[in-house]
Amino acid sequence: MTAMSDALLEVRGLKVGFPTPEGLVRASDTVDLEIYPRETLGLIGETGSGKTVLGMAILRLLQPNTIIEGEIRYRGRDLLSLPEAEMQRVRGREIGIVLQNSGTSLNPVYTVGTQIAEAVTLHQGLSGPDARQRAVELLDAVGIPDPVRMAGEYPHRFSGGMRERALIATALACRPNLLIADEPTKGLDAVTKRGIVDLFSEIDRDHSVLFITHDIETAGDLATRVAVMYAGEIVEIGGAEEVLGDPAHPYTRGLLASLPERGMQPIPGSAPSLITLPSGCRFSPRCGCAVENCSREHPGLVEVGSGHYARCMLYD
Amino acid sequence: MIEVTDLETCFSTGFIRRRVVRAVDGVSFRIEEGETLGLVGESGCGKTTLGRSILRLVEPDRGRIVVDGTDVTALSRSELRRFRPRMQMIFQDAYASLNPRMRVSESVAEPLKIHRMGSRADIDRRVRELIEEVGLNEEHLNRRPYELSGGQNQRVVLARVLALKPRFLVADEPTSALDVSVQAQILNLIRDLGHDYRMTCLYISHDLGVTRAMSSRVAVMLEGRIVEIGRTADVLDRPSHPYTRRLVDASLTGPCASLERLPLPAAPTTVEVRSGHWVEETV
Repeated sequence: MTAMSDALLEVRGLKVGFPTPEGLVRASDTVDLEIYPRETLGLIGETGSGKTVLGMAILRLLQPNTIIEGEIRYRGRDLLSLPEAEMQRVRGREIGIVLQNSGTSLNPVYTVGTQIAEAVTLHQGLSGPDARQRAVELLDAVGIPDPVRMAGEYPHRFSGGMRERALIATALACRPNLLIADEPTKGLDAVTKRGIVDLFSEIDRDHSVLFITHDIETAGDLATRVAVMYAGEIVEIGGAEEVLGDPAHPYTRGLLASLPERGMQPIPGSAPSLITLPSGCRFSPRCGCAVENCSREHPGLVEVGSGHYARCMLYD
Repeated sequence: MIEVTDLETCFSTGFIRRRVVRAVDGVSFRIEEGETLGLVGESGCGKTTLGRSILRLVEPDRGRIVVDGTDVTALSRSELRRFRPRMQMIFQDAYASLNPRMRVSESVAEPLKIHRMGSRADIDRRVRELIEEVGLNEEHLNRRPYELSGGQNQRVVLARVLALKPRFLVADEPTSALDVSVQAQILNLIRDLGHDYRMTCLYISHDLGVTRAMSSRVAVMLEGRIVEIGRTADVLDRPSHPYTRRLVDASLTGPCASLERLPLPAAPTTVEVRSGHWVEETV
């Protein structure tokens, strides 16, 4: 892939491994991607494919014994080599994150307003009433009705969709350049989900967004570009219309074909363990297009269209 | 055949200032033998409570439920217990539905033992059959839920339910926590097994794509009431109630109807807009 210097974030050869008694779990393997200013990159893949780990690795939120190699360049600075104190200034202020499971990300014993104000005080130095005022403005901006009253309520008074909005408000508090959102629509019903998707389509006018989701349709709605992960690797990346409209990788095709609207044809088998990965192409044991060579050689990303890459022998 | 007439289930909340929430508010519908009725609506509209009320897992306050000619609402506790094998329910969270201390073999054998369906040898043989039917194999028999994936646990839950050969199944979002490729496997399995076992099914989901794939008719629920019901294609392609239109819009891309709360009439009347397609009139 061509290295473009105007990218806001560049990930190069990122490897993330978790040592376990059973062996090294390779959650992310030689991942390359870049996020440009004001674009939404949709990162799709199934449970355990390494999407969340990638998002957490960017902000260095993984546990200390994690083995991380490669480069994560934000505006030219390598985040992996920053001292912790400087990294702390990147978190929230430069790169915000909305973590998965809004139910557990908010502290149940503080009001939502207090929790948003905490972020504002910490990063922007606003104090007391000013921070409080800003929290109310933020809740209003993300579409919480009656924000003055709701700022004084505890998280259990918020519905799933409202909690998600509150977390997005917190992440936006310091106007980060990049927002990482990990499954913000998980578990929400169609109408609530639609509200969150609409909110993100407003957000991405001013921010770059890494939108992590297993929901292919939502990714298609929001993303300018889409990356597909399988077993820790990016197997396809490119413009959203190309990747989802004319997918090149058999895995992406399989994902689309398993949607109820598109015939509900499941992909045979199940995803491999990240400890004992298949040799050659990681998808080959489940792939209908696999030839003999697929289980021997590990394919690299091949350009199949303008800015559209797939990790598959078919295109070698 | 399932016939529900004027069903009402209320919950009261608050200790000092008691407030009554009518979670199911005068619901009536029929499901023909072997048919699957989809039930759609937003979180909190009463879908799950309706499903649980029909099986009397929560006691309805009013109304009549007839399952295969038996008036379920009139059954005593012990009669209901004997009737249970004929109506079963599966839930979204398969992991939470299974006893974490039981092996797969024990979990699947448990309903057979409780309802005294055969000798030990019979049960053993039946467990093996069931596990194959749901697409697992013998090596899974000794595993516990934490050693299985979400999709595999849902298969175990299905095997447990099928053990009793139920006539009626309530499926409450059984795939909404699964990835699409696994979801497709489980949906196909439920559809095939439902057909093989000639089960009548109430399929609860908030995903219209899933509902379309699984059910021949669909009911739309809003604030405890069914506001529209009819053949899946009629209701979802030619929705008549503004709320159904909103649900359909929300699941599509492009401009979306307003998300404001709809005003609902206090005493609704229902009209038939085309054969078998009923809609509640709006104010």
